[in-house]
Amino acid sequence: MSPHLRKRLVVVGHGMVGHRFVQAAVERGLSETYDIVVLGEEVRAAYDRVALTSFFEVGADRLSLLPGGVYDDPRVSLRLGTSAASVDPATRTVVLTTGEELSYDELVLATGSAPFVPPVPGHDLEGTFVYRTIEDLEAIRDAAAGATVGAVIGGGLLGLEAANALRQLGVETHVVEMNPRLMSAQVDDAGGRILAGHVEKLGLTIHTSKATERIEGDGRVTGLTFASGETVPLEMVVFSAGVRPRDQLARAAGIAVAERGGVLVDEQLRSSADHVWAIGECAAPAGRMYGLVAPGYTMAEIVVDALLDGAGTFTGADMSTKLKLLGVDVASFGDAHGTTADSVDLVFSDAVAGVYKKLVISDDGKHLLGGVLVGDASAYGLLRAMVSSHMELPANPEELILPASSGASAVALPAEAVVCSCNTVTKGEIEGAVDGGCDSAACVTTCTQAGATCGSCKPQVKKIVEDYFTSQGVVVDRSLCEHFSMTRAELFDVVLVHGYRSFDEIVQAHGRGRGCDICKPVVASVLASQLNGHVLAQDNRPLQDTNDAFLANIQRNGTYSVVPRIAGGEITPEKLIVIGEVARDFGLYTKITGGQRIDMFGARMEQLPAIWKRLVDAGFESGHAYGKALRTVKSCVGSTWCRYGVQDSVAMAIALELRYRGLRSPHKLKGGVSGCARECAEARGKDFGIIATEKGWNLYVGGNGGAVPAHAQLLASDLDDNTLVRYLDRFLMYYIRTGDRLQRTSTWIGALDGGLERVREIVVDDALGLGSELEAAMARHVDTYFDEWKATIEDPEKMRKFVSFVNAPGTPDPNIAFDTSRDQIVPSPSAGPVSLGATISVRES
Amino acid sequence: MSDATTEQLVAVCALEDIDREGGVAALAHGDVVAVFRTYDDHVHALSNYDPFGHASVLSRGIVGTRGDRPFVASPLHKQAFDLRTGVCLDDDTVRVTTYPVVVRDGQVLVGPASGTGRA
Ligand code: SRM
Ligand SMILES: Cc1cc2nc3c(=O)[nH]c(=O)nc-3n(C[C@H](O)[C@H](O)[C@H](O)COP(=O)(O)OP(=O)(O)OC[C@H]3O[C@@H](n4cnc5c(N)ncnc54)[C@H](O)[C@@H]3O)c2cc1C
Ligand code: SF4
Ligand code: FES
Repeated sequence: MSPHLRKRLVVVGHGMVGHRFVQAAVERGLSETYDIVVLGEEVRAAYDRVALTSFFEVGADRLSLLPGGVYDDPRVSLRLGTSAASVDPATRTVVLTTGEELSYDELVLATGSAPFVPPVPGHDLEGTFVYRTIEDLEAIRDAAAGATVGAVIGGGLLGLEAANALRQLGVETHVVEMNPRLMSAQVDDAGGRILAGHVEKLGLTIHTSKATERIEGDGRVTGLTFASGETVPLEMVVFSAGVRPRDQLARAAGIAVAERGGVLVDEQLRSSADHVWAIGECAAPAGRMYGLVAPGYTMAEIVVDALLDGAGTFTGADMSTKLKLLGVDVASFGDAHGTTADSVDLVFSDAVAGVYKKLVISDDGKHLLGGVLVGDASAYGLLRAMVSSHMELPANPEELILPASSGASAVALPAEAVVCSCNTVTKGEIEGAVDGGCDSAACVTTCTQAGATCGSCKPQVKKIVEDYFTSQGVVVDRSLCEHFSMTRAELFDVVLVHGYRSFDEIVQAHGRGRGCDICKPVVASVLASQLNGHVLAQDNRPLQDTNDAFLANIQRNGTYSVVPRIAGGEITPEKLIVIGEVARDFGLYTKITGGQRIDMFGARMEQLPAIWKRLVDAGFESGHAYGKALRTVKSCVGSTWCRYGVQDSVAMAIALELRYRGLRSPHKLKGGVSGCARECAEARGKDFGIIATEKGWNLYVGGNGGAVPAHAQLLASDLDDNTLVRYLDRFLMYYIRTGDRLQRTSTWIGALDGGLERVREIVVDDALGLGSELEAAMARHVDTYFDEWKATIEDPEKMRKFVSFVNAPGTPDPNIAFDTSRDQIVPSPSAGPVSLGATISVRES
Repeated sequence: MSDATTEQLVAVCALEDIDREGGVAALAHGDVVAVFRTYDDHVHALSNYDPFGHASVLSRGIVGTRGDRPFVASPLHKQAFDLRTGVCLDDDTVRVTTYPVVVRDGQVLVGPASGTGRA
């Protein structure tokens, strides 16, 4: 046997905590001494189990904590789909299920926990599920497609999350809870009642104080019978009745386990066997198991520390939780049940509004110990941090929970207050990130991890960043420009409410001065979105940027480009010939654009009407390449020709491009439609991207190429044509109403409170009841659409503007000249203004 | 405007030919001149040549105010020029040529270059 100089550390389990352990080990240099071997039973590398439910929306890739599945450090080897079968602490070996033996110097158990399935008759019928892995969710999704009614057994945090997911999969869902209230570990009776009200409003049926006697069915689930004898017919059951630590490896090896399960470990996470450690949900420090990720992360850091001879210890953890249920805010933090001796409760309850808030306060009234929030958890981040930092309560602590009080915002957390408990990030560290150059909450999340795990601290992080800017005298000025101290969205509402039709009315009532190159085009765009008049209507013309004023894009030498619409990129040979002839006859440079159409460059302004006359006569219309408006809806060839296509992507792209053509918006808008998941139209790089499925269309929103690329995110799946268009109408109109000037949809969604979830509430769930109003606004746009170029060449008043010189309309501007390159024109460089001398004849006026 | 004699003034268009807070390009004294009309019907004339973008385009910019200074923003890269002096408000070392201009009987008359730009 060759002596091996390097030691070996084996990690069993590649879940959230195992992964964090490896990251910390590499970061702190443990891999200098150890080769690290990680065994993962699951086929995929660690993923974000906390965000498991979002698998239905974003898919598995987005959840991965180690995309690619390989650590950069070559001394770490990750063996996926590999399980440990047994451990022998005496010989320091791990035996794999394949029989392979692996010796270790140190062994870290990070095997997590497994859902507890109560041993009721029928618990193993086909149609029963648990909710722990991506594979579980895939199976649930497949079963939900063929089911109408289902039940979730367990009304705790996870049970409610699973129930809501089931409901969103279109299954009528029952929640069965043995205790008299939902989320009994977190909320008290009064809070539980208000929570039940919210949950029922979501459309879930709740059965509390009900024990499940039996799951009915012969092979497959057909119903569920309660101890009371009552039966509910249904087709699927999800168990979410708690978890049990996966401590079997330790038990079989004779390692001590806690009374209620879990590898018994000391303050440094050492088990009863030498060189064997346990972290995460499989561990029970001081006999207690922790079912949250944050304590597991802390344990991982402590073991790395201990292996480096550090002295860190684990002394319990913050068990605060916030429910990630759509539309229902529930949070509990610290000593939520008031178990501390002599603590006093402070309760605010409004059954009508569905709000319940309880603070648990120390007997001397000085410290916040914990609390429960139902219906409005906006103060969660602050309150949790107040508990963890032991800061003194303000004089009127009730201010913290009264509705619409300013109290909560006036409280200043100390720098050491932990704001993000998942990643143990303090207020001081957040402010430090701003000092280090971060200019937004999103940037702080990237560089400190605050908000990167469960996300519940995000509002608090955002507020700290904003307050910190303010405290440094950096005014986060939201004014459009010196003439309007409001945002584009506010301006949009003002115009809508008052029904203004001109810039003059608006600036006189709500602004000052005579406007500028920033606010004028914004007002023009807002008026265009609401009235859909001609952008060159008399009063609007001076508001337009030159591109809109001449319905063409200005180029570096003062000439313009011409882009006719080629919807979906589909064009007949006849039309291609027309474009070729027009470009040839006017001597224009031609290029195929990145948007699947053809651009003709180098047109003098006074030539535009003649060029467009030719194009309009041949059946072309404006492509709005110049507008903050819909540009193109890119398509792939789709099912008509492509052997993989499952829907007619070209027809859909054309229909959408024609529906939204001319729609003025905060920034330009682009769409794409692909005929299958191969995504040849790059739809996910667009503001709205549609990908065909066997059943219909998946709708993605918020994609962007450009300076800050972003992939569009899934908003809704398997839509039929009508639903797709309805959602798109709502999405686009909501963006037009609330987007900021020059804010693409990707940044707009990022800036919305609630992000994509918020968009989904408004567009899909119609939570604000705005749906029909947004659809009606879009219908108005569609009904009143006309081609701007056609209307322009037919209107002598508008045509008067297309002259080179007001006093010499036929004379070309001598400042414009061209060279030739690769057989086409290109602008000649200009050194200074060209003077014609006094010889040129000008019209006497 | 006082330094241009009546003989030197050339009529370029009617005041009505220029939009309020808009501009037109005209040929005057062999130069390409941008003539602007403000909200309160003052008329100003500048060289049409944008010294930053090196193109003859200023008449197509947006007209507005910064504080109480009337200005035009270049349609190419948005630099602002004071309509009265031709001075660039974003970089006062740059100035475009100005032309004297008067409105008489509804006609806009432009004189030869007065302030010469450095561009
Ligand atoms: C012509 C074209 C390049 C080409 O030769 O292919 C082009 C040309 C211009 N692009 Fe583009 N973009 C063109 C496709 C794109 C694409 C690709 C696409 O659409 O698939 C992108 C990235 C995708 C995206 O937008 O997310 C793109 C990202 C930009 C951006 C960056 C936007 C951003 O969100 O960061 C700008 C700047 C802006 O709009 O503020 C821009 C701006 C411009 C402007 C308008 C700049 C300007 O103000 O002069 C260019 C003049 C267009 C003209 O004169 O007609 N162009 N531009 C393409 C015209 C497409 C069309 O048929 O309408
Ligand atoms: C739907 C859902 C929502 C949740 N929401 C939250 C939340 O909001 N906040 C929060 O803090 N926590 C939440 N949790 C809990 C959180 O996910 C866990 O606390 C966390 O994943 C624990 O990490 P772990 O590494 O200990 O266990 P796991 O992530 O379960 O990882 C253990 C891994 O070990 C593998 N393994 C087990 N045995 C072996 C073996 N013998 N050989 C090889 N590999 C093995 C398992 O397959 C698994 O991949 C949620 C959990 C779920 C399921
Ligand atoms: S996205 Fe699919 S249907 Fe469209 S061209 Fe590509 S492979 Fe064919
Ligand atoms: S508290 Fe979970 S991400 Fe910050």
